[in-house]
Amino acid sequence: METFVFYVFSAFIVLSALMVITVNNPVKAAFFLVLTFFSSAAIWLLLEAEFLAIILVIVYVGAVMVLFLFVVMMLDINMAQIKKGFVNNLPLAVAVAIAMFVTIFFVVGGDSFSASIFTIPDPHAADYSNVAELGKVLYTDYFYAFEIAAVILLVGIIAAISLTLRRRPNTRHQNIEEQVAVNSKDRLRVMKIEAQERK
Amino acid sequence: MLSLTHFLVLGAILFSISMAGIFINRKNVLILLMCVELMLLAVNTNFIAFSHYLGDSAGQVFVFFILTVAAAEAAIGLAILVVLFRNKRTINVEELDTLKG
Repeated sequence: METFVFYVFSAFIVLSALMVITVNNPVKAAFFLVLTFFSSAAIWLLLEAEFLAIILVIVYVGAVMVLFLFVVMMLDINMAQIKKGFVNNLPLAVAVAIAMFVTIFFVVGGDSFSASIFTIPDPHAADYSNVAELGKVLYTDYFYAFEIAAVILLVGIIAAISLTLRRRPNTRHQNIEEQVAVNSKDRLRVMKIEAQERK
Repeated sequence: MLSLTHFLVLGAILFSISMAGIFINRKNVLILLMCVELMLLAVNTNFIAFSHYLGDSAGQVFVFFILTVAAAEAAIGLAILVVLFRNKRTINVEELDTLKG
């Protein structure tokens, strides 16, 4: 059963990854990337990494890919020009990919990672919590790294905002500073006017 | 039964495909960024497979941090892309030759 699930989702991963790199439309590529991430989450579930599988769906599919789609919509891409040279690079790309795969396969494909050396672990008990296990390690041994990750995210926010922030001089906008500093004298002037006789 | 080799070969295939993607889509920066995300996915799959078969959760902690950094990287990369497009009106890599590289 597990083997069947593995092969089905692996097929999904490989096919959708191939579509990501071959389709011309970036929106379609983004959606195929979403499919790849979903199938990978299933593979990670097979490996009993439940927390990370959920995080992959939430962070990648929910946040990063939506960001990609937003950017695709904001850019006005000239597809005809992008498509040029696609076929020229294809033989080189296939050659490099095959060379890459064969090289890695020499290392991982042999007997060194087979079931006789890396024995297949027993599945965890029903009351085992992957989240609790990960949390225990994360907040003790890796706490310093965890804090650095938080700082990296903060730097990411500041960098992304300051890069894309655009000040346009001719637009109307509120001057918050002046609004807050205002006092009652600037707003309302009480005048005393003598009563006048009607003529 | 599934051995570690199955998952490592899957990671190798995914990595090779994304490598080919970088060669094929040499013009579109957006697809290049997507290929980098695919590569990270392949590496993460390897990490989790090793973590499972060695019975050590350190591999999963690594994946956690890779995901964090990759999210920050994607956000900054796309921000740079938007600024680039605003200034040059193109994301074609071959037209970005100001540095004469």
